[in-house]
Amino acid sequence: MISSAIYAPQRSGSVSVFSDYCWRNPRMFLFLLLLPPVLWLGIIYLGSLFSLLLQSFYSIDEFTGLIKHEFTLKTYRELLHPANLDIVVRTVSMAIIVTIAAAIIAFPIAYYAARYARGKWKVFFYLGVMLPLWSSYLVKIYAWKLILAKEGILNWFLAKLHLTWLLESVLSIPIIGGNSLSVSYIGTCLVFLYVWLPFMILPLQAALERVPVKLLEASSDLGSKSQQTFRHVLLPLAMPGLIAGSIFTFSLTLGDYIIPQIIGSSRLFIGQAVYSHQGIAGNIPLAAAFSIVPIIIMAFYLWMAKRQGAFDVL
Amino acid sequence: MYSSNNNRAPMMLKISAATGLLFLHLPILLIFIYAFTTEEKTYQWPPPGFTLKWFAVTWGRSDVWEALGLSVKVASISTVIALVMGTLCAAAVSRSKFFGRETISLLVILPIALPGIITGIALRSAFNLAEIPFSFWTIILGHATFCVVVIYNNAVARFRRISSSLIHASMDLGANGFQTFRYVILPNIATSLLAGGMLAFALSFDEVIVTTFTAGQQTTLPIWMLEELVRPRQRPVTNVVAMVVVLVTFIPILGAYYLTRNDDQIAGHGK
Repeated sequence: MISSAIYAPQRSGSVSVFSDYCWRNPRMFLFLLLLPPVLWLGIIYLGSLFSLLLQSFYSIDEFTGLIKHEFTLKTYRELLHPANLDIVVRTVSMAIIVTIAAAIIAFPIAYYAARYARGKWKVFFYLGVMLPLWSSYLVKIYAWKLILAKEGILNWFLAKLHLTWLLESVLSIPIIGGNSLSVSYIGTCLVFLYVWLPFMILPLQAALERVPVKLLEASSDLGSKSQQTFRHVLLPLAMPGLIAGSIFTFSLTLGDYIIPQIIGSSRLFIGQAVYSHQGIAGNIPLAAAFSIVPIIIMAFYLWMAKRQGAFDVL
Repeated sequence: MYSSNNNRAPMMLKISAATGLLFLHLPILLIFIYAFTTEEKTYQWPPPGFTLKWFAVTWGRSDVWEALGLSVKVASISTVIALVMGTLCAAAVSRSKFFGRETISLLVILPIALPGIITGIALRSAFNLAEIPFSFWTIILGHATFCVVVIYNNAVARFRRISSSLIHASMDLGANGFQTFRYVILPNIATSLLAGGMLAFALSFDEVIVTTFTAGQQTTLPIWMLEELVRPRQRPVTNVVAMVVVLVTFIPILGAYYLTRNDDQIAGHGK
């Protein structure tokens, strides 16, 4: 290390001079490496986030509809209006349900892929998750529009099985039901679940890969039933993966405005509220205040996740 | 030593894993069938008949071609910017420990850790405050920002594998920093950059949430698709475009997998 600095031969030409300079001043070199990306992300991204935060402390003049550029908490008080709180509660409950459902469906896939799949099957499982993950987001939503349509495949399938009554009784449940699946919360939840599921499987699988098989065997040798092994050995060890996956499912559900707009009832989610306030209404302060909600929720969530060691699995 | 049971999955696990995978894939398969349907007005299942007619119709649609062209341009330029930024970041973070290293990786990850709508509205409000008109370049600003992380993640894993003695040897043999980069570092990281670049391209090509906030009047392919989803005009054309988009995104994913498949094994053995 030290020797190269001392014995480095002298070279001529400005390129060489510069490169030798970098070699002798690693701190300066580091600074030069980091300068472009930090400037880019710092100015464009953090700058934008800061301007968003700033605007949430402005307010809109009810009479003129113009934005008043002076500090006020009025917009945040507006956020506490029951109708707006409803939107926040609805979105967070949806995010919780989607996250739990995704964890339940993801677990067997991730566990099978991590523990039993070998060779060709390992690749099959890996690509089997990667391809849907990277398939176009809108195409996936479109596929569900086809499935849930009145004349679509799901109704056809249920009719063949003579189960239409089952669907109708589920849809007649207040709140979560509706005229058809494509305009009910059940439909919205299904699509969220479908689109975010791969984001849960991958970190969960990464966590499960690290669980030593010997631990599970020791547990069963010591007499615990498979449910007890799952509850007391496997699940705690899988926890960092579950938390890492839930960061994605939670954050993505909180911020989405396209899925509930295309498949769902007309009641708004946070994303839709942000979109409509900044768009037609031009009420950027309220839209900004609304988008601070997921930032705070996610900051809290990330802090919790870091304490649980979830970032090692990402 | 152990009973053979330990290496065989329980039936329930097999069934639920298979059902889960089917749940992930059947909707995409459905897209492939609908692209050939003769039905024009509804999403009728089963399709009354099959035809190739809509492929020809879609081929002749100039709005689809323009949207596709814009998406390809945006994705290419964003990928190039992200390649430069992501590689620089990865080089800095993996080669040395310095104060604020964690902050740098957080800064890189933040644009995709926070919901897309926040990135979108933050950029939009910043453009408004700075009075920047929406254009092709405002789309690029947004896309490049969230693509950096993909390149960074791929490159950082590979940089860690380059032994520092390789670089010292190159310098001792008289190569300058740029020659070392060109002949020693670049060949080592090239495949991971290519893989990262493919993924970044795919990410940008498909992005819609941030784009709706930064695009103004421009129509990328996802925005075209979104308009069709909200107000369907010609369903058969949408069906065909949907199928083509799925096929096109499969290419970079398979390519990226092929290029980094050895990395994964090494990363897996490491822990």
